[in-house]
Amino acid sequence: MIESNDSLLDIEVQPSKLDIGYTSTILRSPTKPMILLKKSIAERTGPLFHDFNLGILDHDLTKNSVRNGEPIGERIVVHGTVRNEIGEPIPNTILEIWQANAAGRYVHKVDQHNAPLDPNFLGTGRCRTDEHGNYKFYTIKPGAYPWGNHHNAWRPNHIHFSLFGNQIISRLVTQMYFPGDPLLEYDPIYKAVKAKGRELLISKFDLDITEPNYALGYRFDIVLRGSQATPFENR
Amino acid sequence: MLQTPSQTVGPYFAYGLTPKQYGYDFKNLTTNILESVLEGKEIITIKGKIFDGENKVIPDAMIELWQNDGEHNFFGRFGTGSESDSHFAFQTIKPNSVDGQAPFVTLIVFMRGQLIHSYTRFYFSDETELNKQDLVLNSVPAERQNTIIAQKKDSCYEFNIYMQGENETVFFEV
Repeated sequence: MIESNDSLLDIEVQPSKLDIGYTSTILRSPTKPMILLKKSIAERTGPLFHDFNLGILDHDLTKNSVRNGEPIGERIVVHGTVRNEIGEPIPNTILEIWQANAAGRYVHKVDQHNAPLDPNFLGTGRCRTDEHGNYKFYTIKPGAYPWGNHHNAWRPNHIHFSLFGNQIISRLVTQMYFPGDPLLEYDPIYKAVKAKGRELLISKFDLDITEPNYALGYRFDIVLRGSQATPFENR
Repeated sequence: MLQTPSQTVGPYFAYGLTPKQYGYDFKNLTTNILESVLEGKEIITIKGKIFDGENKVIPDAMIELWQNDGEHNFFGRFGTGSESDSHFAFQTIKPNSVDGQAPFVTLIVFMRGQLIHSYTRFYFSDETELNKQDLVLNSVPAERQNTIIAQKKDSCYEFNIYMQGENETVFFEV
């Protein structure tokens, strides 16, 4: 049923669905066996958004919701390459990003953490990979914040990423972390990833893309599932 | 190369992924109304809720819809946090049958408490003949097939998603 160039989730790096350290997985993760699907055109394709016009400041979270000044915090530039599993760059694919502000507060109304909102920072943006699969965006380094998973639980600094690739099976939602964060070893969401995969979620400080007198640079390369660098043609 | 591991979408995705729906000032990538460009095709509404292992409705999930029958393709997205009863809804058209298989629509489910998203699909209760001979539906144990058939009710199709329990929805390894 499976063609030779198909790939499944790599269970040696991906998290399990159920992880009792992350308590909300207990009632929300499927428990019955997955059904292996013979792929149809719907699985070989996915949304491409070629007609979607990014706003000119979508890739710059330090500027895209300024009201009366610059957002507070440490300015950073994040870049990387998006590839498939055989190492081919994936051009022209959309990344969506969202994050807390420098104080560790999300704009989302559900977030009631007692830390200040920043009137000049929404904390969301988008960018698209270029013809070599490279992406880049500017933002403020997000702060850590407490959450209710267990006593004294704090999430490490992180940026949420959402990517599409060229097929519905290459869909990825993940989180990028920062090197040397002492909270990582206490974080059940990060640690739910198998040991072999954890390093892949930690960005690397990169002096080469650090912009003098402006922003610290971090590299975060991403590998999407599958081996299809270009979209499958419908007909 | 090793796949980048998945992480949960978390509880605070709305202003990034479904901003307009939740009232944030940022342009949407897509919405839940997908039919607007098509004339002469019957518009259908899919409506449902997502339930956790204690049968409680989940108010902080996000559903993505993808359909491609070779003629039309649509991608939509809707969070369950904006309606008072936490339902999701999409307007689209019914896909065509491809290669004699029953028409279906793919859904991807994201939420806090899922480290990795779940793929499911729904078929249509008024496609009895095609459903009966569909290869994928028939690869699902008979007693679970109903969990992925959207039921036609008055003006819409109802498709509820059960993450766990006796009626756990069929999720696919794609």
